Amino acid sequence: MARMRRMEIAADSLYKAKLIRGFCHLYDGQEAVAVGMEAAITKKDAIITAYRDHCIFLGRGGTLLEVFAELMGRQAGCSRGKGGSMHFYKKDSGFYGGHGIVGAQVPLGCGLAFAQKYSKDEAVTFALYGDGAANQGQLFEALNIAALWDLPAILVCENNHYGMGTAEWRAAKSPAYYKRGDYVPGLKVDGMDAFAVKQACKFAKEHALKNGPIILEMDTYRYHGHSMSDPGSTYRTRDEISGVRQERDPIERIRKLILAHDIATEKELKDTEKEIRKEVDEAIAKAKESPMPDPPELFSNIYVKDSGLEVYGPDRKEVRLTLP
Amino acid sequence: KEMTVREALNSALDEEMSADPKVFLMGEEVGEYQGAYKISKGLLDKYGPERVLDTPITEAGFTGIGVGAAYYGLKPVVEFMTFNFSMQAIDHIINSAAKSNYMSAGQISVPIVFRGPNGAAAGVGAQHSHCYASWYASCPGLKVLAPYSSEDTRGLLKAAIRDPDPVVFLENELLYGESFPVSAEALDSSFCLPIGKAKIEREGKDVTITAFSKMVGYALKVCLSHLLQLSLMLYKLMRILVKRILINQRKYSPNIYT
Repeated sequence: MARMRRMEIAADSLYKAKLIRGFCHLYDGQEAVAVGMEAAITKKDAIITAYRDHCIFLGRGGTLLEVFAELMGRQAGCSRGKGGSMHFYKKDSGFYGGHGIVGAQVPLGCGLAFAQKYSKDEAVTFALYGDGAANQGQLFEALNIAALWDLPAILVCENNHYGMGTAEWRAAKSPAYYKRGDYVPGLKVDGMDAFAVKQACKFAKEHALKNGPIILEMDTYRYHGHSMSDPGSTYRTRDEISGVRQERDPIERIRKLILAHDIATEKELKDTEKEIRKEVDEAIAKAKESPMPDPPELFSNIYVKDSGLEVYGPDRKEVRLTLP
Repeated sequence: KEMTVREALNSALDEEMSADPKVFLMGEEVGEYQGAYKISKGLLDKYGPERVLDTPITEAGFTGIGVGAAYYGLKPVVEFMTFNFSMQAIDHIINSAAKSNYMSAGQISVPIVFRGPNGAAAGVGAQHSHCYASWYASCPGLKVLAPYSSEDTRGLLKAAIRDPDPVVFLENELLYGESFPVSAEALDSSFCLPIGKAKIEREGKDVTITAFSKMVGYALKVCLSHLLQLSLMLYKLMRILVKRILINQRKYSPNIYT
């Protein structure tokens, strides 16, 4: 969690230094969800999420270098600089992105669960969405089908209480998202407690393999604004943010537990933090060395199999590529 | 031997499902009802409800599920009762299917086929008559096919299912019952046509007519009734290729009508 936190804070600085462009949605505050979920499952299980995807990718085994290089649009990025902040993927570890259309990842996740069941893989899919996306009609369409076909799908509502700048109660007549399944059971979980998240995900996985879909509502909080253009203070008070930081911070909670049980000393924790800081700084330095994508990359990967067509940019010189 | 377009579609689906266990069919009324236009007749009995899936009338939901299954490596064939209904799911066709291979730099390929009747039928009103060829043809990442005869329908649907990219396969309801002669070669289960090549239906040297789907039939009739020496072309892959086909044709036909 500390590595995720440090990574997101560093991304914030890189954005302000204009080294990252485009969109950038940060996850700090919500780390316990990514970490707790990962602790309960294996890489055979699939995860799919929306655009706030940096930490889920890291949790699935992605590297800091891949994260920073992708954020800066470089070749060493996990999508070779073609995805950007919202489109991280790691298929070999069961991470299917990284989606920019709010809500669309939930039917896609149910499709992954369908394929897992079809292939008799004994694995499940966690489809993550925010409280904003929870009101999308296609969620209910996908949940209906998932329940009809007993798909091993776990719908995880990461409720950080604001869909962009709209408070949950202004967008949902019933903000009790775990109850919205009607015929599908739901659990409300303290999403600031990594252990609670782990227990819930373990239970949900067993349930989904036996009985079909289940909803987990993670009560969590994001410290940053929605994206880099949002100071995050027009629709909520600074007191509210600092209150959550002081009382419910997921990293502080674990730190206190570690110290209380003498698992590590204050000094050891400080050293770990220093190490993480160094790791992040090194990854950023390396990412900066990675070159930008070659111009013909603009046209590559549009198709897996093309018809040998030659494509070029408006000047017909520099940007040329023969498609496969 | 003669074969209807309906039989061509049915036999192509049947053969590809039999050849590859990853291929499955989903959509409204494809199973117990045997297909709204009977395209999937007999497939539920043969392959069972695990591979022929009746969906609720929720295009956004089931199309998203189909695309997700393709992310995982299955090869879904998603039937729309008409392509007009695909508007409910166009987000998944374009944002989820067509763009994923690109945005993931080749990590997430999407081997899926979206198929169903497209364009005008007889007296069904504007909400059931729209041709979406140009809509889908202008989206990078999609391959768009619109065959005319039974042989082309068979060969191209088989090619579409085997293709590693998302394919939009546009049929025409009025053609379903039409019979065409088919060659012995086209009846073989290994038969498959290349995607991306135009077919010259009739050679000539005065003018070139390009057409797709049902309009090919009308264009052929025009050729016969006017006794012109026409070079009738059928461009089946609509994206990108149009310009190249026309440039190639220009070498021997001075007038071009599109």
